[in-house]
Amino acid sequence: MNPTIVSFVYLFAGILFILGIKGLTKPKTAVRGNRLSALGMLIAVVVTLLDSSIVNFSYIIAGVLVGGIVGATMALRIQMTSMPQMVALLNGFGGGASLTIALAEYYSQLGQAPTSFADILTPIAISASAFGQGAEGTIALVSIGLTVLIGAVTLTGSFVAFAKLQELMKKSYGLPGGPIGNAIFLAAAVAAVVALVMDPGNTAAMVSIVALALLLGLFLVMPIGGADMPVVIALLNSYSGIAAALAGFILGNTVLIVAGSLVGTSGLILTQIMCVAMNRSLANVLFGKMAAGGDIVDADEVYAGKVTSAQPDEVALMLEMAERVVIVPGYGMAMAQAQHAVRELADAMEARGTEVEYGIHPVAGRMPGHMNVLLAEAEVPYDKLVEMDRINPTFEDTDVVIIIGANDVTNPMARESEGSPIYGMPILNVDKAKNVVVIKRSLSPGFAGLPNPLFAMDHTLMVYGDGKKAVIEMTTALNQA
Amino acid sequence: MEILILLLALFVLSLFLGVELITKVPPTLHTPLMSGTNAVSGITLVGALLAAGSDSSPLLVNGLGFIAAAGSDSSPLLVNGLGFIAVTLATINVVGGYLVTNRMLAMFKRK
Repeated sequence: MNPTIVSFVYLFAGILFILGIKGLTKPKTAVRGNRLSALGMLIAVVVTLLDSSIVNFSYIIAGVLVGGIVGATMALRIQMTSMPQMVALLNGFGGGASLTIALAEYYSQLGQAPTSFADILTPIAISASAFGQGAEGTIALVSIGLTVLIGAVTLTGSFVAFAKLQELMKKSYGLPGGPIGNAIFLAAAVAAVVALVMDPGNTAAMVSIVALALLLGLFLVMPIGGADMPVVIALLNSYSGIAAALAGFILGNTVLIVAGSLVGTSGLILTQIMCVAMNRSLANVLFGKMAAGGDIVDADEVYAGKVTSAQPDEVALMLEMAERVVIVPGYGMAMAQAQHAVRELADAMEARGTEVEYGIHPVAGRMPGHMNVLLAEAEVPYDKLVEMDRINPTFEDTDVVIIIGANDVTNPMARESEGSPIYGMPILNVDKAKNVVVIKRSLSPGFAGLPNPLFAMDHTLMVYGDGKKAVIEMTTALNQA
Repeated sequence: MEILILLLALFVLSLFLGVELITKVPPTLHTPLMSGTNAVSGITLVGALLAAGSDSSPLLVNGLGFIAAAGSDSSPLLVNGLGFIAVTLATINVVGGYLVTNRMLAMFKRK
């Protein structure tokens, strides 16, 4: 097909991607946006298949069949609580795709397709001009090297993130030397990219980039704990986009550059939002230890004799009188699969004329927007899901706050105790409400490892036990009242 | 070189456009945004198709392709093999990403 027409079609596909993301700025237009984006993908793929350089369709058909079946099965079977795992895997596959494209491009430009594993490592005398004239050749090689590097880091990093989210890997492992060890690996990988650019036929350099970057991905994510996963997933999301955009530079393909950079910025912005919501720098999340420094607060001292516990039916009595209730969900709600039970409790309260809203902290859950998706699954209208900045001023007029499975994001120490490791982190000011109910298994600390003085406050009631069961009991008691 | 500068300009402008667009996405849609952009990053499928379908080696001139490569004594061709992996991974992203995003957004739509 005429390359000019192909370019125009790619431009059109790019426009559809942009309109698709624009659709996502409002819940009402989001479904249509997603379909526009999918349409853009379809026409970009169809026009590519008409390219005259494609002579062999057997690999393509096999790949599309396998990928289509795997992708559709994952998408239709996955539970909403496991959405972070799904996104982690998709990030990894995206990185893997860019990695393999860059490798394929490299070996096809070498002009000497290896026929055995030994051939992959055999150096070939070739100049950069095989990859383009003058500076173009250099840029192409730099793009190939960086795509391989970022793609491989994204691939293994995402699989570690998946293993952590799925709780297959519970401990945090790190390289000896921590960030320094990672820096050495990164420096070595970059050095290998430089070696490849200097001598394009140096296949050992290419194999080194792959090996070093795959290991770097492992070592970067292994030390990071569960509650920091929203940042890691958002960052890997960004990497997968950047790798795609770089692959676009290798192939001189405009639609890859447009789409890749949109994804790259999306991931970076989400990373930024998550970091701000935790009041931590990206470097601190990736390399730091959360509890480093700060005064040591003794949990016994905070809680001793001051914690009041209650039964679900006592809470129901309180809810009966309440005019306004705010529900604050956290990762614990996802773990307990309590989202439907929570919605039923809210329905029961609303039936009595109580105003119910949900206060959503940006880092609640294991990925950006995790709580919103779970509550949407339970058919909670999205306009009831109120973000932190808008819900905080309303707590003073709130009769009861019900916290289910959240801890650190409600800890007043973040506001008051200057020596605390979480000092400065924006929190939901639930302690300003008239009454606070915390549904939790025990007084155990959250991810930050800190006691929460909220639990010991006079107007706080602790309801111990399984979140789902406690909420159902409250609903039953409220309906009987 | 001019082409490279054009591509670079496209890249930089797309980054700015991305910032403008993404900052307007409400937090409630951040999860669908991530899965949706995962699907978009499956655009690497375009590059993967070119790699998987290219006539990269004289060994493949017979056009028997996948079956010949897998069944014959000669080792599978690296470029097409890598292309096959790339097509598979990118298709998972495209199909899985759009479907799961659609599933989530449908939940946000109903009222």
